[in-house]
Amino acid sequence: MTSTNSNSLSGRSWRSTALYAVLVLLVVFYLLPLWTGLVTSIKADVLATAPFLPPAPAGFTSVHWTRAINALTGGLVNSLILAIPATILSALLGSMAAYGLTTLNWRHQVPILMLFIAGIFIPYQAVLIPLSKFWASIVPVNDLVGYVGLAGWVGDLIGLILSHVAYGIPICTLLFRTYYKDFNEEMIEAARIDGATTHTIYRRIILPLSVPMFAVTLIYQFTQVWNDLLFALVLVGPGAGAPVTVPLSQLGASLSEVGFGIRMAGAFVAALPTIIVYVLFGDQFAEGVST
Amino acid sequence: MRGKLAAYLGRLVRRNRVRADGGEVNATRDSGIVSDEFTSSLPYWLPPFVVMGLAVYGAILWNFFLSLTDSSGFGAPNYADLDFEMYAKAFADPVFIGALRNTFALLVAFSVLCLVVGLVVAVLIDQGIRYENTFRTIYLLPMALSFVVTAQFWLWMYNQQNGLVNIILGVVGLGPYEWIGNPTLVLGAVVFALIWQFSGYAMVVYLAGLRAIPTEQFEAARVDGATTLRMYWRVIIPQLKGATISASVVLMVFALKAFDFLYSLTGSYYPPKGSDILATMMVRQAFVANNRAYAAAIGIMLFALALVVVAPYLLYQYRAGEL
Repeated sequence: MTSTNSNSLSGRSWRSTALYAVLVLLVVFYLLPLWTGLVTSIKADVLATAPFLPPAPAGFTSVHWTRAINALTGGLVNSLILAIPATILSALLGSMAAYGLTTLNWRHQVPILMLFIAGIFIPYQAVLIPLSKFWASIVPVNDLVGYVGLAGWVGDLIGLILSHVAYGIPICTLLFRTYYKDFNEEMIEAARIDGATTHTIYRRIILPLSVPMFAVTLIYQFTQVWNDLLFALVLVGPGAGAPVTVPLSQLGASLSEVGFGIRMAGAFVAALPTIIVYVLFGDQFAEGVST
Repeated sequence: MRGKLAAYLGRLVRRNRVRADGGEVNATRDSGIVSDEFTSSLPYWLPPFVVMGLAVYGAILWNFFLSLTDSSGFGAPNYADLDFEMYAKAFADPVFIGALRNTFALLVAFSVLCLVVGLVVAVLIDQGIRYENTFRTIYLLPMALSFVVTAQFWLWMYNQQNGLVNIILGVVGLGPYEWIGNPTLVLGAVVFALIWQFSGYAMVVYLAGLRAIPTEQFEAARVDGATTLRMYWRVIIPQLKGATISASVVLMVFALKAFDFLYSLTGSYYPPKGSDILATMMVRQAFVANNRAYAAAIGIMLFALALVVVAPYLLYQYRAGEL
């Protein structure tokens, strides 16, 4: 499906030049908002030059970056405390569920699986009030952590972690399900005949073979949890426990035009972990979203 | 239908009989082993199922009952007095109607345009180009970013004084427009920004679809003398039905989640005038106005909206043996 009209060499090279020109234009389109953000974040006066031009040497400043880093460091730490355990737990639970519903065969497992998968698509607005009531009155983590001498916001953060785990299970289950579906049944059957229990099969065969899918799931889920604002806002809110998206959404809001320097710097500071993960593991991310 | 039911009951009876006489293991995959593996599979899927089931379906059920109460303010809801008053209230509320209209406009415009852009980009990438991986990685990058981050970038892009969008339009003599501040323009501006962020996703899905089509079909169409455009229109695009369906479902769900983006544009529960959608209205009613029952009703209607889109999709996937 490669070469198009091959009637003449010049026709073909014209076509391929046009193709690459369009592809490069698309690169510009997708990167331009990031580029203008980057150059704006280092300008002393954001209105001094066109937004896509870097500042003149005299107009360069790092003050937006230092301010943004100061304003967001606490949030970055909270986001790491949140995203790492939430990601690992939901991936592990997703893998277990997928194993029990795919590799092990039993009747009527498909309706159960459907319930898992439908859970991917629910709008969080439909569960938001019960969720906040649950952590406020049924299991008041905010108070409970007080008994072991921790501040209330630690409890809020624990509630947020567990919420992300619970709502992350469906997508993680689906990701592992599509992976386990293609596993060789004979291999598992052979292990069973050799007397391996379901537990041994999971520990010794399925888990070691799941490493590539764990990479995909962890990367996808880490990005999702890191990027979330709604749950963070409702379950933790602004304050000591706030993940980075919460202070970022407020950054520079009161400063109108002049606030754009710190806004842009802040956007990069908050996005840096996800950008690093994306640059290092872009293929796994693509696999995660396309499943 | 009755035949199916009879077969189902027959299976049920047979299975119970096998269990009753001590789980006699049959050699076929259909009976013995199947019921055997049910018990041993429980420790794996049941704990995640309980957690997820309570969080998703338990919460939706609770939310539904809450929406039937009249709960507002700080008092506890009275679950003894249930009615559909909040739903009636919603359809008499011009704010709700406006948000509903915006939600549909956003949903349709965003997903259709995203699919078109994604398809075109996927076809371009599929021409056997060099550095394919690099191009693909760049086009998908915005999707890895948070709505909160992209909202900051686009606020600056749409800025009236020094925003790039107005500078580019100024070259052809248009503007400058106040994109975010103008109620008639803001929704279009938001849709454009979201297309920038998620068309890469549609591209990845379509690319996988294109790669699944056998090369012979491209060649056969060419031997028949079809032009490139005709080949894609007649032969290739009809085969991308599955990719289109799954991509549009996921995109619609993303659009329903646009709360994060709209919140970040203003840094408050009040999105720019003219861009209020059900997702933002629900959160505002719940956590600013404290109209819990009303907010719960809006949440349930959002859920119903998602269900209308997702249920046929899951059924389609199930029938196609994709699940």
